[in-house]
Amino acid sequence: MRHIISILLENEAGALSRVAGLFSARGYNIESLTVAPTDDRTLSRMTVVTFGSDEIIEQIVKQLNKLVDVVRLQDLTEGAHIERELMLVKVKALDHAREEVKRLVDIFRGRIIDVTDSTYTLELTGTVEKLDAFVKALDVTEIIEVARSGVTGIARGDRALSV
Amino acid sequence: MELTGADIIVRCLQDEGIEYIFGYPGGAALHIYDALYKQDKVKHILVRHEQGAAHAADGYARATGKPGVVLVTSGPGITNAVTGIATAYMDSSPLVVLSAQVPTHLIGDDAFQEVDAVGITRPCVKHNFLVKDVNDLAMTLKKAFYIAASGRPGPVVVDIPKDVTAHKTEYLYPKSLTMRSYAPVNKGHPKQIKRAVDLILEAKRPIIYTGGGVVSAESADVLVELVRTLGYPCTNTLMGLGSYPADDALFLGMLGMHGTYEANMAMHDCDMMLAIGARFDDRITGDVAKFAPHARIIHIDIDPSSIGKNVQVEIPIVGDAKMVMKDLLKELNKRDKEPDTEALKRWWTQIDKWRSIDCLSYDKNSDLIKPQYVIEKLFEITDGGALVTSDVGQHQMWAAQFYGFKKTRRWINSGGLGTMGFGLPAAMGVQLAYPDEPVICVTGEASVIMCIQELSTCKQYDLPIKMVNLNNRYMGMVRQWQEFFYDRRYSHSYMDALPDFVALAESFGHVGIRIEKPGDVEGALREGLKLKDRLVFMDFITDQTENVYPMIAAGKGHNEMHLKPTNGEAPPERELA
Repeated sequence: MRHIISILLENEAGALSRVAGLFSARGYNIESLTVAPTDDRTLSRMTVVTFGSDEIIEQIVKQLNKLVDVVRLQDLTEGAHIERELMLVKVKALDHAREEVKRLVDIFRGRIIDVTDSTYTLELTGTVEKLDAFVKALDVTEIIEVARSGVTGIARGDRALSV
Repeated sequence: MELTGADIIVRCLQDEGIEYIFGYPGGAALHIYDALYKQDKVKHILVRHEQGAAHAADGYARATGKPGVVLVTSGPGITNAVTGIATAYMDSSPLVVLSAQVPTHLIGDDAFQEVDAVGITRPCVKHNFLVKDVNDLAMTLKKAFYIAASGRPGPVVVDIPKDVTAHKTEYLYPKSLTMRSYAPVNKGHPKQIKRAVDLILEAKRPIIYTGGGVVSAESADVLVELVRTLGYPCTNTLMGLGSYPADDALFLGMLGMHGTYEANMAMHDCDMMLAIGARFDDRITGDVAKFAPHARIIHIDIDPSSIGKNVQVEIPIVGDAKMVMKDLLKELNKRDKEPDTEALKRWWTQIDKWRSIDCLSYDKNSDLIKPQYVIEKLFEITDGGALVTSDVGQHQMWAAQFYGFKKTRRWINSGGLGTMGFGLPAAMGVQLAYPDEPVICVTGEASVIMCIQELSTCKQYDLPIKMVNLNNRYMGMVRQWQEFFYDRRYSHSYMDALPDFVALAESFGHVGIRIEKPGDVEGALREGLKLKDRLVFMDFITDQTENVYPMIAAGKGHNEMHLKPTNGEAPPERELA
């Protein structure tokens, strides 16, 4: 099962490597990992997308909680939640593809954020599935490069991850 | 008044009540060593290799329950200490390791004796710190001691660049500390305690299995009360020996790979397992698929991640072993229900049948010295009251099997990491903690060589450790596995070109005795132990072919033990189901 785990951790040097090191040392899977400071500058928020059996996820949560730098964490997938990922894509935009890509961007509610004579740079936000679908639809032209942020997320309703 | 970082470190150690630190100087650590020189409250023990410093501090910590402190320099200083840190980590021993670092402006430049100490130790510490500002130094050290000793104890590394030890600031050592990201749970959940007692009282074939957590929680007396209240059989892990008195009828001995037949069979057949401060390590469980197939399991541990890691349990209780066991006793006393005495009687009858196999028996009429005999005699002569350290291998297992520990913190060995070379330096820490008690290092000729340089430290500080070297001229445990599982191809397990240990001990300024005949064992032990102010290296030339029994081969179940062959047959074929 795929799980999205949000972690508040002390904004200290090495905190990220403790989490990353834990996953590699214990052989847990990481699909994506994002981290940035929060409104409280002493805290960073990390979002890890991982997958494994219930037992493995339970261990991952426990091992993460055991890290001294981890202040609090939440398995977003345990309840209703919103997940988003940001993707930047640079594509060839020549001839008929120039129009076709623009139409696709509109359909997926993305944006063209940079243009040259021969390329577009596109921005799209959404779930992993939506971004995957967009990349697939882009076979009308040639993709030059893709930059994805990895998933971040937040719980729906009153449920919150804060100290 | 403003103090330098180096003076602050020493003041922190004084304010923590630290008696000894174990270390080795070097460039980046020189300010700290200078600060140590100017005082005499904290005594520095100069080891001969940083691994020895970590083991010695670890030995001190395990014998006393107080954190052991290590001081090493940057680069090779800290890398040499890593084995000792990992050893402490695996066995949950509280250490605070101060490692000097190159000055902050050189960090990352591949400076002389620079290594990423925080990075290199991260996977084998409970936590670590790099102190970049002298204003954070005292608080960081306070945190280090708090984290090392609280909850599930473990080693904490504090890496301190040289310039930080020169900078000055006001000294203020916090009296207490709370951390928003670290708050160990000590009290068990009341609902879980009630559920556990229900299950405990329903048991027909119960077993109580306890590990190092009972030692860490200083809760052996509560365990004894709990076991005796219930009348249930109790077994200890290698790390838990001494938690329950070995000479008590309710004790089944050690369990696991080289545990007793009765303990392992009882683990296999039990219908209720109460696990306390133990972590279902692979050397305990064997094949988890075959582990205790009928058991409903209660698991008490202070570390939530230990619960459900290897074996799924029915009732998890997160908490301090002492507090939870006390709560269990309180809850038991409230109940009208008693344990099922009829079922328990049948269970003990079965256990006594297993016991009657006498799985630890060995040939007492041999012309060669049997290693088990040496430990048995040692036990008799010291009345089971000595502090015993060991290295790793066959001698470790024989010490665990044949020295009947009655109290905790008297059996000090590297259980989790299995670090050869641990015994001698660990014994130094133990002897410093208990200068007037007999401290015995049971070792083997392969292990002892790994940290033999510490004989020099023992001389410098007059540490009268008694070395019991079970010398079979083999890496015994490796040889045993090769005999059983590799068709007797003894690949590199033979200790060729061994030193003359008697001469070696004497060259370090100690007493050496070689014992070659069974009849001389007792006399030599008595004579050695009598030399109370000298380190005595007793080199017992033992039977090379002796194996440790019983044995559960890796990947086997508790009911698939190899017992000692009785007719000279090869042992692996012999299985009792």
